[in-house]
Amino acid sequence: MSFSIPADLEAELNELVTHYPQKRSASLMFLHALQEHFGYVSKEAIEWTAKKLDLQPINVYELVTFYPMFRQEPAGRYVMKVCRTLSCQLGGADKLHAHFCGKLGLDVHKHGLQTSKDGKFSVEFVECLASCGTAPVMMCNEDFYEGVSNVKADEILAKAQ
Amino acid sequence: MPQEHRLILKHADSPGYTNDLECYVRHGGYEALKKALATAPRELADGKKMSPQEVIRDEVLKSGLRGRGGAGFSAGLKWSFVDRKSGKPIYLICNADESEPGTFKDRQIIHKDPHQLIEGMIISCWANDVKLAYIYIRGEFPEGARILNRALKEARAKGFLGKNILGTGLDVEMHVHRGAGAYICGEETGLIESLEGKRPYPRIKPPYFPAVLGLYMCPTIVNNVETLCHVNHIVTMGSAEYAKLGTPNNTGTRIVSLSGQVKRPGYYEIEVGKVTLGELIHHENFGGGLRDGRQLKAIIPGGSSSKILKAGEVFKVNRKGPDGQMTKVDVALLDLPYDFDSLQAAGTMSGSSAIIVMDDSTDMVEALANLSEFYAHESCGQCTPCREGSLWMAKALHRLTHGHGRKQDADYLVGIAKNIQGRTICAFGEACAWPVLSFVAKFKSEFEAKGAADEARAKSSGSMHQRSSPIAGLHAGKI
Repeated sequence: MSFSIPADLEAELNELVTHYPQKRSASLMFLHALQEHFGYVSKEAIEWTAKKLDLQPINVYELVTFYPMFRQEPAGRYVMKVCRTLSCQLGGADKLHAHFCGKLGLDVHKHGLQTSKDGKFSVEFVECLASCGTAPVMMCNEDFYEGVSNVKADEILAKAQ
Repeated sequence: MPQEHRLILKHADSPGYTNDLECYVRHGGYEALKKALATAPRELADGKKMSPQEVIRDEVLKSGLRGRGGAGFSAGLKWSFVDRKSGKPIYLICNADESEPGTFKDRQIIHKDPHQLIEGMIISCWANDVKLAYIYIRGEFPEGARILNRALKEARAKGFLGKNILGTGLDVEMHVHRGAGAYICGEETGLIESLEGKRPYPRIKPPYFPAVLGLYMCPTIVNNVETLCHVNHIVTMGSAEYAKLGTPNNTGTRIVSLSGQVKRPGYYEIEVGKVTLGELIHHENFGGGLRDGRQLKAIIPGGSSSKILKAGEVFKVNRKGPDGQMTKVDVALLDLPYDFDSLQAAGTMSGSSAIIVMDDSTDMVEALANLSEFYAHESCGQCTPCREGSLWMAKALHRLTHGHGRKQDADYLVGIAKNIQGRTICAFGEACAWPVLSFVAKFKSEFEAKGAADEARAKSSGSMHQRSSPIAGLHAGKI
């Protein structure tokens, strides 16, 4: 598949560049937009961003490898980010993560993002999502869920089907 | 009776209160901005004149407002450090990277009352001659970013933001910038690097004090969301009235994030120092106590980086006696007023005002292992002691929680932590070392017992997990 950016997305990104006195500042916002559009940040997306912002590809690539939210491989259609940090752990985050892994046939002990065989769901532990008072919490793509019991987790899965 | 005092969250949870501009204005929103812009110059006793902007800066200083992000530094003093003679533009950045584990206060403001933040920022911009400001919001708040963008659009349309604000000739522009999942972006110089489109490696101070060499090497102010909201109330109330809230040197209100094993976790806005730790945990207006049949074991009082406090501890705290003299008095843990100074006197900090409560069902080794994994993941990797040390500590704790521990792991952890703190460019070094040092100091027997049990089990089964040195174990990749 050849790499092409829709005109409206490019217009949106061009507008973003005007928010900053220096073009380079727009790189994180570019990567967010490109990952949202393509599902991940490809080599082509990195090179395209670098060209748009008058940078070397390495200047963009080093961001993709540093910031945890960017991925270089496609993930499932629905990405479940389960908060693992202390308050959520005290509130049952391990059980919630294990519940998703069990339902989707994933390895509960495996580190990092893993995707179900049908490519539909990905599950990963993430660090504090800043809603510790309603533990355990998670995100399904951009939607945020709090106080997630196993029943609620099943509802989230069903809604995503 | 101890109770909440809602100033910042006054309307946020009221029935029918929405986060749009119209609702905000109906509740008196943007009046503080109008008041600020109409401030008269002040004549000083020596015949000198203070400009309206200087008057507002002076008000913020006199209010005693301390930064709500974590360091608790005087906001007015921070503003006073700004280099105003450099001829370079001055920038304001709102730190909305809320990511200290335990903290969820800024989320409430951003989601429920975004215009309060924007108004506080516009006033702060005007008072500091800032024309361009950014809200750096963490990547995990996509909804928050959308809400803020919509609010900025509304404010522009109504003439509160942009060119010629309210017909006064004032120009301020503001944009939302999203992070991408890195905790270190909450450190102000790391945040600035990130906003410049780089890896968020914190800068060394000196010389890179943001007030002088910040964003694009220009003078920059970085303030927390909650801090900037307080500016509205200081303008509205006047510094003298505002300073009556809270306690001396700990003025105003503060939103406390309460989580962990209490009946009613949540966010509670209190007058600083007017409510004790014990009341926050046990009183029915706040945490409502522990779950039935459970006893308090420990408290992390100010976000995961603050040193843990053990149930039953007693601290020496400075108190002003009836004769006005300061004397050291004994204060029990649960009687500590929740403020900046009391927690510092107890050897910890109120940090981002996030309390994590642990009851007697909590395994302290597991809890520390969880936090250490967080820090190992979040170290930016710039300074060797932190990059390597945070990982070593996490690995040692991983083995302690997976049946391969050793009795001396407790001392081993302390040794690493001591070699990180004070040896790094930014405060992350302390942030990852302090939990380890305090957990082990206060619950050493739990760490040793776990390690000793693992050793005994390995010995009896002749396991290969017995190792002569932890370093050898690390190198062998067996941990």
